[in-house]
Amino acid sequence: MLISTIFSKRKFTITMILLSIILLAVAPLFAPPYAIISLITILMYVILTLSWTMFSGPTNYISLATAALFGVGVYTSATLNDSLPLIVIVIISGLISFLLALLIGMLTLRLKGVYFILFTFGVTALIRNAIQWWETHITLTVGRHVTSPGNDTIYTYMVVLYSLTLIFIFLLQNSSYGMALQGIGENEDAAEHIGIDVTRIKVIVFALSAIFMGAAGAVMATRWRYIDPNVAFNPLLSFLPVLMAIFGGTWLLGGPILGAVIFTLLQQYLITEYPYLYMLLMGLTLVIVILYLPGGLLTLVMKGYIWLVIQWAKTKWQWQVLTTRWKEEWRPKVSMWLAQWRLRWQWRLGRKR
Amino acid sequence: MAQNILDILITGLILGGIYALIAVGLTLQYGVGRVLNVSHGEFILIGALSTYTLYTNFGISPLIAIAIITPVLFTIGYILDRTLYNYLRKKAPNTDAFSGTSLLASFGLAFVVQNLMLTLWGANLKGYTYLNTSVSIFGTLYGLNRLLALGVAVGVSVIFYLFIRYTRLGKAIRSSAEDRVMAQVMAVNVKQVLAICFGLGAALAGLAGILYSMMFELQPSKGIELTIIAIVVVVFGGLGSITGSLIGGFVLGLVTSIVNFIDPSLSLVAFYLIFILLLIFKPSGILGRQIHAD
Repeated sequence: MLISTIFSKRKFTITMILLSIILLAVAPLFAPPYAIISLITILMYVILTLSWTMFSGPTNYISLATAALFGVGVYTSATLNDSLPLIVIVIISGLISFLLALLIGMLTLRLKGVYFILFTFGVTALIRNAIQWWETHITLTVGRHVTSPGNDTIYTYMVVLYSLTLIFIFLLQNSSYGMALQGIGENEDAAEHIGIDVTRIKVIVFALSAIFMGAAGAVMATRWRYIDPNVAFNPLLSFLPVLMAIFGGTWLLGGPILGAVIFTLLQQYLITEYPYLYMLLMGLTLVIVILYLPGGLLTLVMKGYIWLVIQWAKTKWQWQVLTTRWKEEWRPKVSMWLAQWRLRWQWRLGRKR
Repeated sequence: MAQNILDILITGLILGGIYALIAVGLTLQYGVGRVLNVSHGEFILIGALSTYTLYTNFGISPLIAIAIITPVLFTIGYILDRTLYNYLRKKAPNTDAFSGTSLLASFGLAFVVQNLMLTLWGANLKGYTYLNTSVSIFGTLYGLNRLLALGVAVGVSVIFYLFIRYTRLGKAIRSSAEDRVMAQVMAVNVKQVLAICFGLGAALAGLAGILYSMMFELQPSKGIELTIIAIVVVVFGGLGSITGSLIGGFVLGLVTSIVNFIDPSLSLVAFYLIFILLLIFKPSGILGRQIHAD
């Protein structure tokens, strides 16, 4: 009751979305250059996690195709690099990822549970190995160099992509499609009986979520400057968004963002000094979160918030009790007492006179 | 030409034997316990790397190492199932939810084990030579260690098949895989059986790792590739079918060696292509049950 009344208010969500976008937009004015570079990486993970959550959060279909959809964007950007302006490349990459996801979705979304996870993982590995084979045997290049438009431009692109992703998810969640996805996640057979075209909605949303992954990939290719299939289709890019989303909690917009930001900061802090420790910690966190915190970090935050609200209500109630007591018990007593004193005083004065 | 065919056949059988062992381990964990254990490859590498240490530092032969490593891995697997997966199984509302959460938990486990191995053994390639005298079969030379590995793999597969088919515990395992509730009604201690299955899976992975370490070079980060091989073989044989994964292991071993003969760089592509086509056209595998048995 508390959560639904306090937190699902659209006004709150809209304010938070706008606030984060404005903060990110003015960040280059006062943040040092290296902070911008690390913000680009953070934004990449946030976008990937958000677009993963868009489909997999409500439906509980765990997709491991993120690396494929992202990598396709990276590769499109690398091959088209100098021939077209960046904005066109980003749009084209998004569209190609959209088409790939549409294909994957149409092939697999009839499958349920583990089969879907396995299929998406297999597709990613197939694309990675096929492109690697193609590069070494047909085009005879192992990696590609990409010219960069400069970190400020890349940052601007990432912020715009971030805002588009957030706004898109917000609109999706508040539309009938979002409701349908929720229903599919709760009980797919029941959703089908109500008259929802289950497969169509799953395929469409899965494909739409791929646009943002592909576009982010196209921008990140210009950030990395040198790419090869193992960088572009790195299997970790499939696992990390899942991990971050589950770590943060998928049932609110803030969850994936929280998870992605915390994990990326941890990564940037730990990976240079203790690379193995970082991965070990990541694994342990995943296990612990699954065991003891199924709703993610968001549950903790929400519990803390609810505790605060309860404390606030308690103090308010106690204040009310205090004031009513004052009004009903103590004030009459005090005023009586004052009146007595006044009378006595007047009586004394009168006697003197 | 006949020489080549024989060569392909024997290499395929050797690979297939290892694939079959790996896949049977995973089938026990998935088919019975519903845990799609992604850390399976890491268990294989634990077996392989500890054999390496035992052989190079203590001079213990890999065949004796089997008797040391498999019981240890069995115990680890047993404890893991009794604690981690049992807890998840109790909390999950249905089997589908359980396969999701257990998959993610085993991802976490894979990360932990892999990086423990990296800190213990380092990231370098490791290999040792054991029994590398060559034997000639119909004019082609084969390392004795390869033939030994083939012998052990086939022997263990047969013994395991007989164990599942004819013993009491084997029957209990099969019935728990078929219908867990009915098995419980028939007085099978399902919790115990599931834990034993997980332990057996880990032990078989360790055994496969020991055989693997006799022939190939080892690297702690290779685990995920082995896991993928195991998953492909298991899906090929049908998720949950033990005979299917035995057959599937040998078939895919032969296919790999044929593709390797044509162009070694295409072997991974071919592998994934088979996997994808299989999932699209026959997701229940060659001997599998229906997709939603329960």
